[in-house]
Amino acid sequence: MIFVARRFGQLLLVVFLGISATFFISHMTPVDPVAESITAITNFGKSDPEAIALMRKTLTELYGLQGNLFEQYVTFWSRLIRGDFGPSLSAFPTPVSQIIFRALPWTVGLMISATLISFLLGNTLGALAGYYRKSRILKILSLGLIGLQPIPYYVLAFILLILFGFVWPVLPITGGYEMNADLTLSFTLILDIIRHSILPAMALVLVGAGSWLTGMRALTSNIVTEDYVTFAELGGVGSTRILRSYVVRNAIVPQLTGLAMSLGAIFNGTVITEIVFGYPGIGTLLINAVHAGDYSLVLGLASLSIIGVAIAVFLIDILSPLLDPRIKAE
Amino acid sequence: MQTEALLHAPEAATQPTLVVERLKAYYTTKAFGIDRDIRAVDDISLTVAKGEIYGIAGESSSGKTSLIKTIVGAIRPPLHVVDGTVRFNFGGQSYNIYDLKPDKLQAIRWRHLSYIMQGSMNVLNPVRRIRHSFYDFAFAHMGLDSATFWDKVRDHLRRLDLDPGVLDSYPHQLSGGMRQRTTIALATVCTPEFIVADEPTTALDVIVQRDVLAMLRDIQRDLGSSFLFVTHDMSVHATVSDRVGIVYAGRLVEEADTPTLFRGARHPYTQHLVASLPKIGDTTRRASLPGRPPSLAEPPSGCRFHPRCPLAMDICSKEVPPMTNLTPRHRVACFAVSGATP
Amino acid sequence: MFTIIRDLIRYNIEFAIGLAILLLLIGAVILSFFSPYPAADIYVVPPDMPPDAEFWFGTTSRGQDNFWQLVIALRNTFAFGLAVAFLSRILSLVVGLTAGYAGGRVDRVLMAINDSIMVIPHFPILVLFYFVLKDEMNWLMLVLILSALGWSYDARLIRSIAMSLRTRPFTTQSVYSGMSMRKILVEEHLPYVMPIVFATTMNNMIWSIGMEITLSVLGFTDVDTPTMGQIIYWANSHSALISGIWWWVAAPVVAIIVLFIGLFLLSMSMNEYIDPRSRLNRMGS
Repeated sequence: MIFVARRFGQLLLVVFLGISATFFISHMTPVDPVAESITAITNFGKSDPEAIALMRKTLTELYGLQGNLFEQYVTFWSRLIRGDFGPSLSAFPTPVSQIIFRALPWTVGLMISATLISFLLGNTLGALAGYYRKSRILKILSLGLIGLQPIPYYVLAFILLILFGFVWPVLPITGGYEMNADLTLSFTLILDIIRHSILPAMALVLVGAGSWLTGMRALTSNIVTEDYVTFAELGGVGSTRILRSYVVRNAIVPQLTGLAMSLGAIFNGTVITEIVFGYPGIGTLLINAVHAGDYSLVLGLASLSIIGVAIAVFLIDILSPLLDPRIKAE
Repeated sequence: MQTEALLHAPEAATQPTLVVERLKAYYTTKAFGIDRDIRAVDDISLTVAKGEIYGIAGESSSGKTSLIKTIVGAIRPPLHVVDGTVRFNFGGQSYNIYDLKPDKLQAIRWRHLSYIMQGSMNVLNPVRRIRHSFYDFAFAHMGLDSATFWDKVRDHLRRLDLDPGVLDSYPHQLSGGMRQRTTIALATVCTPEFIVADEPTTALDVIVQRDVLAMLRDIQRDLGSSFLFVTHDMSVHATVSDRVGIVYAGRLVEEADTPTLFRGARHPYTQHLVASLPKIGDTTRRASLPGRPPSLAEPPSGCRFHPRCPLAMDICSKEVPPMTNLTPRHRVACFAVSGATP
Repeated sequence: MFTIIRDLIRYNIEFAIGLAILLLLIGAVILSFFSPYPAADIYVVPPDMPPDAEFWFGTTSRGQDNFWQLVIALRNTFAFGLAVAFLSRILSLVVGLTAGYAGGRVDRVLMAINDSIMVIPHFPILVLFYFVLKDEMNWLMLVLILSALGWSYDARLIRSIAMSLRTRPFTTQSVYSGMSMRKILVEEHLPYVMPIVFATTMNNMIWSIGMEITLSVLGFTDVDTPTMGQIIYWANSHSALISGIWWWVAAPVVAIIVLFIGLFLLSMSMNEYIDPRSRLNRMGS
């Protein structure tokens, strides 16, 4: 239990540091959201100065910009805890949280499925490659996946876009579903969504699997020389059982730690890939927000990304004692 | 021939359980253009009779562990067998280890041939409870249904003075001594005919050592198994082994019944090993041998002990001394002692 | 040091290929200093010409020679990557070594901060920076920001080496024989730490250049200095693919892939070389 408490403390620290950093960075902006909003509103006609002054006061409060920096900081935090990020500048007055939560499921869905697939694929191949070192097929497959590893997410997504969008246009390359799709929940809709997810997921899996593979393969080759594996072999335990129960069970814990550490990078990759394919998740939202100069939306997105990733890391971290009994003892 | 000589001994009226003939196993490494052959096991022949505890003694890196690993067929590249045979005889069947197909070899493991590894620290799967190891190693061989199997396991543990509760523990929750005794229990649960023990008492304190040795002797008495017992600690051999073979730099240099070896060792190296044991009341100085153990990659020519040997003659640096019988049960490989000239 | 490199070249094919690629690219970078056209000039040659004998990589819709643009971009990208790698190495060495050697509370505090930075997703933060700084987001800023973000993973690696070195017998011996801590660090321990630093430098470059490319493609960086990502950005904004000017996109993409594979091979082979267990594996099988 101390373990969970300590991890939770780390979670709080991350969130605190990250959000504070976000806050301070955002206040370096020359953009004054209040002035922007007022310009936008008053563009449609004249308004008298009193009304504008009132609007200014209301907007300042709405954006949490009253008082000095410290007071703004406190306001920011108190609103954040309640999930209030203020109104969006470009879609005024829709609250930012609402916009974000519309896009969030897409990103979460894509990220979870792609991560799961690449984790399973990479680790399985890696364990097999590390244990059956002579297999030719495994060597070729490994080489292929490892070769894809260094390519930045954007480039690979872009290449896939060109391949499947222009050269061999069999898969849709933008959006989460067809533009004129009927949005009632039906089998065709689900199929449509899946079709649109294939390319972004493929980009993520292809880049990600390689790193799991190398890691697992190295771990497996090392574990195979451990005493308890040799002992099991001397005991006549079958190789599949050894692979499963002795090798993989021991290798998976460091891999999980690795997963927790790379969630930030996986999130980055997901967001970038979304942008390439116009997938309606956080990534596309972020880019559009930047182009629209939507201060509160960008701020909200950055904050939420930090919180989201930190929570995910925390969840994975507390999984490890379940798999490695030695951790509990600490 | 030497093996025939051994067969005339009374206990070996039946077939010896283990016959090793002219075994050679080397580590071959090729890295960055350098080829190297490390001659860990260089032409060793020995036999172990049924129910006998055969001790193997020698200093660290003399090749003892490589020898027994080769004997049980647990070698991995870069270690490989260059020459010789290893044959086991149990239940009327003869098994040539290096001729067996992998699945046949797997079938005799644990049921007939078990192995207690050096260092109990890490031999059990750290992420699973101990009962899983018992299941993995023994269940398939015993051919019993689940309930009977676990009853037998618990009985076995109790007989060896272990609390059956260890089955539910994780390895790291047990002390070193407990872990070692559990490993020994695991190695003997299928009542194998041949047990190899590699330094089973090293790294344990003396009290626990005594318990472990007593345990091993009890097992040997109850099951009638043969043992191949490796340790550098001569006092342990004095307590436990029936016969002892001394290994130096990958070769067997002397072999005799324990009393004969301790009171009448003939090979200079053995004499030194025996003399180095402290005795109560004996205050003579202990002198160490000059020089150091040879590198197995570039061993001395001829007899490997000759650079450090007080009896070294001319011929010792040129020819390898063969194992000759001084008596039917005492063999030595030394030109000076056997007086043999090739 | 040189014997290591010579051995690696001779026996480790991945290292040899990686080194060859890198040397090739460095050659291209040196070539860039001889470019006949200044980097930021546009419409100096006829636009949209496919690759031929005169324009090896064709020309772009902005009237630039694609080949020269590419090598100049390569130079800038390299400089960028090296700058970030250098600065972040300093950070990771300082943090990693301090945490590893000091241990105790200092270690815990440093690692808590370290892990926090590691977890924070970089891309949204970078976008936020761009959003906030807009036109003031020049290359120096970007280098500084990326250096501040990219040191945490490597700091952990260095820390674990420092921890294991601290407890090795030869360290205690040096301490007992009166060697000052600083002397121990520099003379005894640094040789162990350097190989890891080299390997992580490659990884860091892969990461930072990848980030730069992504940001540039989205137009989030200073658009006047050509870098690999910039070329793709301009190509996209001129709809190069649809107009059929494929060479404008293909050249940088291929160059990027080659660069990354080169860096990756070097990093991977260096890692393998350092790890003694994998060395034994190679020797045996």
